[in-house]
Amino acid sequence: MRLKYADNVIFRNYLKDQAKNMEQIALTIDNKKLTVEKGVTILQAARTIGIEIPTLCYFNLGDLQIENKPGGCRICVVEIEGRKNLAPACVTECATGMVVHTHNIRVLNARRTVLELILSDHPFDCLVCSKSGECELQSLAQKFGIREIHYQGEKSVYRKDTSPAIIRDIDKCIMCRRCEMMCNDFQTCGVLSAINRGFQSVVAPAFEMNLDHSTCTYCGQCVSVCPTGALTEQDHTRSVLNALADPTKTVVVQTAPAVRAALGEAFGLPAGSLVTGKMVAALRQLGFDYVFDTDFAADLTIMEEGSELLDRLTRHLKGDPHVKLPILTSCCPGWVNFFEHHFPEMIDIPSTAKSPQQMFGAVAKTYLADKIGLKRKDLVVVSIMPCLAKKYECTREEFSSDGNPDVDYALSTRELANLIKQANIGFTSLEDENFDDPMGESSGAAVIFGTTGGVIEAAVRTAYELHTGKELPKLDFEELRGLEFVRSATVDFDGLPIRIGIAHGLGNARKLLEEIKAGRSRYHAIEIMACPGGCIGGGGQPYTHGDINILKARQKAIYEEDKRKPLRKSHENPSIQRLYEEFLGTPLGEMSHHLLHTHYFDKTGEVIISE
Amino acid sequence: MSRTENLVSELVEKHGRSRNSLMPILQGIVQEERFLSEEAMIEIARELNLSTADVFGTASFYTFLDTVPRGKNIIRVCKTISCHMKGKDEVIEALEALLKIKVGETTHDRNFTLLTANCLGWCHKGPVMLINDEVYPELTPHKACEILEAYMKAQ
Ligand code: SF4
Ligand code: SF4
Ligand code: SF4
Repeated sequence: MRLKYADNVIFRNYLKDQAKNMEQIALTIDNKKLTVEKGVTILQAARTIGIEIPTLCYFNLGDLQIENKPGGCRICVVEIEGRKNLAPACVTECATGMVVHTHNIRVLNARRTVLELILSDHPFDCLVCSKSGECELQSLAQKFGIREIHYQGEKSVYRKDTSPAIIRDIDKCIMCRRCEMMCNDFQTCGVLSAINRGFQSVVAPAFEMNLDHSTCTYCGQCVSVCPTGALTEQDHTRSVLNALADPTKTVVVQTAPAVRAALGEAFGLPAGSLVTGKMVAALRQLGFDYVFDTDFAADLTIMEEGSELLDRLTRHLKGDPHVKLPILTSCCPGWVNFFEHHFPEMIDIPSTAKSPQQMFGAVAKTYLADKIGLKRKDLVVVSIMPCLAKKYECTREEFSSDGNPDVDYALSTRELANLIKQANIGFTSLEDENFDDPMGESSGAAVIFGTTGGVIEAAVRTAYELHTGKELPKLDFEELRGLEFVRSATVDFDGLPIRIGIAHGLGNARKLLEEIKAGRSRYHAIEIMACPGGCIGGGGQPYTHGDINILKARQKAIYEEDKRKPLRKSHENPSIQRLYEEFLGTPLGEMSHHLLHTHYFDKTGEVIISE
Repeated sequence: MSRTENLVSELVEKHGRSRNSLMPILQGIVQEERFLSEEAMIEIARELNLSTADVFGTASFYTFLDTVPRGKNIIRVCKTISCHMKGKDEVIEALEALLKIKVGETTHDRNFTLLTANCLGWCHKGPVMLINDEVYPELTPHKACEILEAYMKAQ
């Protein structure tokens, strides 16, 4: 097994930049002398000596090279001796001999004025705003002790845009344009742009259409980075509470792998705390009748997707010219939306396996309903997801039967945290509990679905053993792990080299897709996840406010949970084996085909053009 | 290919496909079609490999790049402070009365659209209006109407 990094332009440029920046600059910030490399901004330099200059529009996701610095909001202004005007620290590079003051009275007054001006065109909705407590604008106003706004003028008003996953409340937008950066530069979806000018300017899709008419993938990355309540998720907590209170309904919940590695943050636990057992206990206290695991369905996904990979591979080796390779994973609904909108000519390449969320729903409303003697309509399936695209996914028509959806509500990790808080559950002191049977048992392979590289590693563990009939010599595929945007590795299937590609972030996925389109792709299988880091960095996770270490800690936690599991391979999960014996038959068989597989749509024509 | 698609491809041929070609192409469409239709913007985005949101964002930033249909002749009265002090309000009132429309509207026969504009750079000779590409300085309500009546006769 050998590791080969794909050409990663960003990474190469980064190295080049590093070499260029070796020149040293000496300067003084707040009476402290320091030396930095050439090209470093005052903001970055100040951080190295523990001075945190406040920012608002600025956003930086550490070594992932995701950065927004339009220099627009002017909160980070500092005084540089000898310069007439205050300078924005986020875009001003350090120069030799500079003397910088980050908190003298002139600077503080300027910041206060800027903040008051922003607030003068902002609704005073904090009491009822879903971002309250996590809002960067609100916390700045608190930090500066703003108690009164000295400026009064017109307030901009704009319609609210409500889609199945995301709500745009543009009156709360401060035009930092982080969302635009995420949507265009990182995800290359091109949905959002600054529209109009001056007081009328807003961030909106083309022709100011609503999100659900645009090519939005609902990846939720714009929501992840929005500093205010202008972009938030569609909240379903009330509907779930009502279902729980309805005596005629049996409510079943499933929890996605990445949730357990992040939920603790909402209760003050350090990033990377694994709270699987506490989460199960909390869900039970909330009144869910059965607490199951999406990981169970992830094992099922591997059975189907792994078999599909082997099937295509075998046919390819036999010389079948019609077989489509590489096979692309299909468990990320943001990614599915992306190729349906942007690469419709390739909709027959991804695996037809449904996502674990939808496999769970389909099995719960048939197999489980039967087992516990309930009618489909009396069973409510709730999923807890790190993701906003899942909210859209479960509304897709093909994932329902006679108008009854396989998954009724998808809540984000953040929404679950709110539910737990509302119910006065002392989360951190809960005793660990276990998932229920029969859809609660899972392998370590399923857990790593939560991070970039995990789905393909899980697939390799199963496909290797099914293909070779031998036991894997080692279970940890270090070469598939990490946070590099585009990674590749060759895995030796007992003499047969299987070339694997991995990308996270849709812009990075696009590079691999363009290769396939041009007939230059050398991979047999590619894993794609829409969010940075995979689901651990999903649009529904607790806000990281740009702290990359949080993502790293979550990733580490996921691999730890995998290591701890007695079972590490999907095909060894006894509950899965039983499900095939009792109900499904064989992977890719007729029943599986009907319940566990789907098809994709060309959505390019679906973008509605208003008249 | 529709008329608009033809026009876009001619303009792309002429100005190229780089990001810098976006402005002249947008201007070329406005010149020919009096406004940027959604069809035109989608087509430009496709040709230049930009997002439609980006093209629309650019178009909506510039007052002179109209994104709604306009009349055959566009009248823009300067609304900035010098022209305001010299009586642009009276000029606008007179034009509104003559055309029987309000600022922002287009006459029923689609011959005239009445708009206001930010500073046209004629502060020393305000109030001023622009009809299509022609500048008319030092207006009075009476003079403005006379000028416009000449246009109306020419239709
Ligand atoms: S966006 Fe922030 S500042 Fe604005 S109302 Fe919501 S919490 Fe308050
Ligand atoms: S959800 Fe994703 S695709 Fe949609 S607007 Fe936000 S960043 Fe763009
Ligand atoms: S919607 Fe949010 S992220 Fe986008 S510009 Fe407005 S405040 Fe910034």
